[in-house]
Amino acid sequence: MSGALGKDLLGLEYITADQIRRILDTAEPFKEISERAIKKVPVLRGKTIVNLFFEASTRTRISFEFAEKRLSADTVNVAASGSSVTKGETLVDTARNLEAMRIDMVVMRHMSSGAAKFLADRIESSVINAGDGKHEHPTQGLLDLLTIRDHRPIEGTKVCIVGDVLHSRVARSNIWGLLKLGAEVAVCGPRSLLPLGIEELGVRCFRRVEEAIEWADVLNVLRLQLERMEAGYIPSLREYYRVFGVTVERLEKAPRDLLILHPGPMNRGVEIDSRVADGPHSVILGQVTNGVAVRMAVLYLLAGGNPDLAEAAKGGADR
Amino acid sequence: MKPILIRGARVVDPSAGRDEVADILLEGGLVRGVGRGLGAPEGSAVLDAAGLVAAPGLVDMHVHFREPGREDVETIATGARAAAAGGFTSVCAMPNTDPVTDNQAAVGFIVSQARRAGCARVYPIGAVSLGQKGEQMAEFGELVAAGAVAVSDDGKAVATAHLMRTALEYALTFGIPVIDHCEDLTLSHGGAMHEGVTSTRLGLKGIPRSAEDVIVARDITLAELTGGHVHCAHVSTAGAVRMIREAKARGLRVTAEATPHHLTLTDAACEGYDTNAKMNPPLRESRDVAALRAGLADGTIDCVATDHAPHHYDAKEAEFDNAPFGVVGLETALGLAVTELVEPGILSLPALIERMAARPAQIVHLPAGTLAPGAPADVVVFDPSAEWVVEPTRFFSKSRNTPFAGRRLRGLVRWTVVGGRLAHTMGDRPDAPERSTE
Repeated sequence: MSGALGKDLLGLEYITADQIRRILDTAEPFKEISERAIKKVPVLRGKTIVNLFFEASTRTRISFEFAEKRLSADTVNVAASGSSVTKGETLVDTARNLEAMRIDMVVMRHMSSGAAKFLADRIESSVINAGDGKHEHPTQGLLDLLTIRDHRPIEGTKVCIVGDVLHSRVARSNIWGLLKLGAEVAVCGPRSLLPLGIEELGVRCFRRVEEAIEWADVLNVLRLQLERMEAGYIPSLREYYRVFGVTVERLEKAPRDLLILHPGPMNRGVEIDSRVADGPHSVILGQVTNGVAVRMAVLYLLAGGNPDLAEAAKGGADR
Repeated sequence: MKPILIRGARVVDPSAGRDEVADILLEGGLVRGVGRGLGAPEGSAVLDAAGLVAAPGLVDMHVHFREPGREDVETIATGARAAAAGGFTSVCAMPNTDPVTDNQAAVGFIVSQARRAGCARVYPIGAVSLGQKGEQMAEFGELVAAGAVAVSDDGKAVATAHLMRTALEYALTFGIPVIDHCEDLTLSHGGAMHEGVTSTRLGLKGIPRSAEDVIVARDITLAELTGGHVHCAHVSTAGAVRMIREAKARGLRVTAEATPHHLTLTDAACEGYDTNAKMNPPLRESRDVAALRAGLADGTIDCVATDHAPHHYDAKEAEFDNAPFGVVGLETALGLAVTELVEPGILSLPALIERMAARPAQIVHLPAGTLAPGAPADVVVFDPSAEWVVEPTRFFSKSRNTPFAGRRLRGLVRWTVVGGRLAHTMGDRPDAPERSTE
């Protein structure tokens, strides 16, 4: 299985700007399928895909599953709890056993950075990284790019990622994707939640969210997990909201209208004000819709689909 | 035991300021003499060493042999054999075994297993605290009486400043160093590699340089307070080198070691999540490597020690976060040192031998590191220009967790003599040995 993307999708660091554009362009015609009465095309008929989720996930898992089903793939979901993983099986044994059942692709979410590459190096099937530790979440990065592109050209756009960048795979995938497509990228958050050396990736750092809002065209607001407070990275969620929360009051001072993204799940009143999340500049639900299309595009391209034929391919049985 | 005459070698013995072509006569387990045209007594074995280097057997003051507890990854016998293959005639085994080497019986067990193995000499290091728990001090007197040459809670730092202070004071009675693994766990907790742009990119939790530096600073302060001898194990940061240099200039009893991997690799080796590049302390950046090399050259870093840490293949065949820390080092140390330190001119060959034999022997007071007449007949003979490729499947160690697989090195051990007996001859290396580790 190889084609426009190669065998696997492990991260946006490892693919080119052209490949990213190709995925986004391929996603465009797939958007329409989800708007049909009969949301199904036979593009991946006969392909077997395993969704292997070692970490809890609602949005990503369901989004992948819809993408697979709408392309007519056969899918199996494996969650870590209730699988042989809880009996002490190693990741490599789990994978080899799945492969012995002759599958075509694995979509994997795992708590360890590098787990997707580890798996991809050891099995023949395509591996799609659905989030590995603090490393990357490439399909989230792609759907964020697609959402921004729906509203403005990415090149030259100023995007600031706000919040817990240290622990965020979404931030890393966003940084690579945005930089490759010519955006200007910044991060903003308490220094204790920004990783060392982040500037060397080519992003700027803002210490205060007000400065970020003044600079940016787009804010991508990250989820702030309760565990970060417990681990001592910040004193309290309350204070976090006071100092870094993306609020209506702060946005009103912006010199221009900002596009607001959030990868979900949201903590309303912690990193984002409900009035912002539900407000006119929020494209958060659009991200979710685009997620299905982007994942369809990735599955299609990894299965060897010709990007130029995506428009025709989606015609399918119901036309 | 037949006498051995090593004939026509370049004899490098820094303890005598010797670097000349000569013969070495070993008889009765001792060095009988070094000089030109020595005659071979009747029945001697003669080793033709023309074009080769003969030096005091190498001394590694920091190895982990996993016995008792994890004999599946290394035993004292296999570790000692790997040592001999690497040119080492004396090694010091760290106490973080299972159970911990924190009492005289445990020390005695290692001494007797080493004697039974009859290969490179293995000297036990006792624990600083019972169970290495950082609470109650171990009985240093009994440890030393049973054969321990130092104390350490290696694997982790001596847990508190108070315990370190007391251990340094108490160790003065027995004249042994307290070896510290300098790592502040509150700074390193959960970390898997050096904290820097590479860890940021890979999304791995980082271990900052400060995790090492704050404990080095603590230990230096306590060496000053107590007059005790602190030895900093496996120094990895430029900051630690600077502080140790300063402490030595002030006359404090602080010594230090660096590993071959910290002297030759950076955190770039972790790219692709290679678990063979996962060790503690982690591989740092090129400026740290440069500082370690400069420190080794000017004597701030006293010696090279491998921190030989065998792990099972299955344990390393895992997600980076879940793989254990550690690399094996005994069989690649000399080749790496010759190729990476001597050939580029960072150290002269005599200086290297000093830092791999004489100096570590002094730190832990071993009767080693010299070819003086009457010294134990521990000798390494190696070809400094012979090139070889690191093939982990041919290691004598039971484990193969090395980041140097496939590396082309120069500096190949021809013979290792321990106590007047040949402990290793080039070509002993098995081709397809039976191993538990793959």
